[in-house]
Amino acid sequence: MIPAAFDYYRPTKMDDVIALLKEHGDDARVMAGGHSLIPMMKLRMAEIPHLIDLQAIDGLNEIFIEDGQMTIGAMVTQHDLINHAGLEAAAPILREAALQIADPQVRYMGTVGGNVANGDPGNDMPGLMQCLDATFLLVGPDGERSVAARDFYEAAYMTAREDEEVLTSVSIPAPQGGYAYEKQKRKIGDYATAAAAVQIIKEDGKCTAASIAMTNLSDTPIYSVDAGAALVGTAVDAAALNAAKAAMLGDIDPTEDNRGPVAFKKHVAGVILARAIERAWSRA
Amino acid sequence: MSKKMHIKLNVNGKDEEFLAEPRELLIYTLRERLNITGPHIGCETSHCGACTVTIDGKSVKSCTMFAAQADGKEITTIEGIGTPDSLHPLQEAFKEHHGLQCGYCTPGMITRATKLLEENPNPSEEDIRFGMAGNLCRCTGYQNIVKSILAAAAEMNAAKEAAE
Repeated sequence: MIPAAFDYYRPTKMDDVIALLKEHGDDARVMAGGHSLIPMMKLRMAEIPHLIDLQAIDGLNEIFIEDGQMTIGAMVTQHDLINHAGLEAAAPILREAALQIADPQVRYMGTVGGNVANGDPGNDMPGLMQCLDATFLLVGPDGERSVAARDFYEAAYMTAREDEEVLTSVSIPAPQGGYAYEKQKRKIGDYATAAAAVQIIKEDGKCTAASIAMTNLSDTPIYSVDAGAALVGTAVDAAALNAAKAAMLGDIDPTEDNRGPVAFKKHVAGVILARAIERAWSRA
Repeated sequence: MSKKMHIKLNVNGKDEEFLAEPRELLIYTLRERLNITGPHIGCETSHCGACTVTIDGKSVKSCTMFAAQADGKEITTIEGIGTPDSLHPLQEAFKEHHGLQCGYCTPGMITRATKLLEENPNPSEEDIRFGMAGNLCRCTGYQNIVKSILAAAAEMNAAKEAAE
């Protein structure tokens, strides 16, 4: 419950954030909503001598939608995202997924950027962003660079972000077709036993494109190219669903924990993926 | 030991200024520094919501915010929602509909419910259960909490209509 001591900073310019990160290296961390970092600090699993609060940086909580592209500032909260009419119209899967994350209080504070940058495979947005082929903008001492969500996750808590970089926004091409975010969890606020993000396009009764990503079934989110490919050209019938499930099961690598043994997680992953595909198809 | 910070808060309409270590969690500021002991601590993993307060219009678990983060903000706790002589309709309804037993979750429950009803003045039972899902209760089984919030919503809507 009691975190170790630290120095607190609330800069108003990103340059100052980068300067602090450069100065203190691994002893410094940025904090967004604080709802993963503070719990880790309270358990002393994270000791952060220099804590940089991003709340006063201008522009990080903005949402832009134009030319088929959505840009969501890293400090946009889950609550903001759920209540943004433009985002709901452009990418309804975002709201569907965000309502399955945490609880009301956590959603007022927890941010999109924190969720995707955290690196915990339990977080829901990383898989969602891989499904949507999102791009993350990183700002560091050498300027900006973009990394695809599908290339961002390396291992549990290990991402392509360098220590001196800050993830400042997420860009998403407006998705087409039907969607679903299906999540099996033990209770409100739990990380998924298994979850699936699906976007699917239907033309003349046939699937012409499908994007599938899985949450909390490996030490990173899993974008399953083969699971999506298994649906293309089919009418998403039982055989196609089974083929997609088999392809997905070949890509995930769950580990046993309180949510169940590996065999159970694979079973749940199949059930959840089938439900997500069926719901997405019904909306396509 | 890190350097102490000068922190200003407005709690229940009253300005507070003090020096605190950055690691001081807001729940401790409220309870131990300001003697506002309605908000409680029920866990150390940000699940239970017993510490819920309203900060600049958001329901926040004050165990998961440093006082330093709250510097400059307005905070409302259960003590600012109603008093024994002048109960808020939610407090009256929790009493009337037996929405509490030990009372430990109640300050957080009611504080969260004020915000829920502000955002959704006519919630369904399902809206209430989902909207209160960040608050755990060991005693009631939730049924009477849902009834209390439904009753308070009806009462508040009737009062609003009468005033118009």
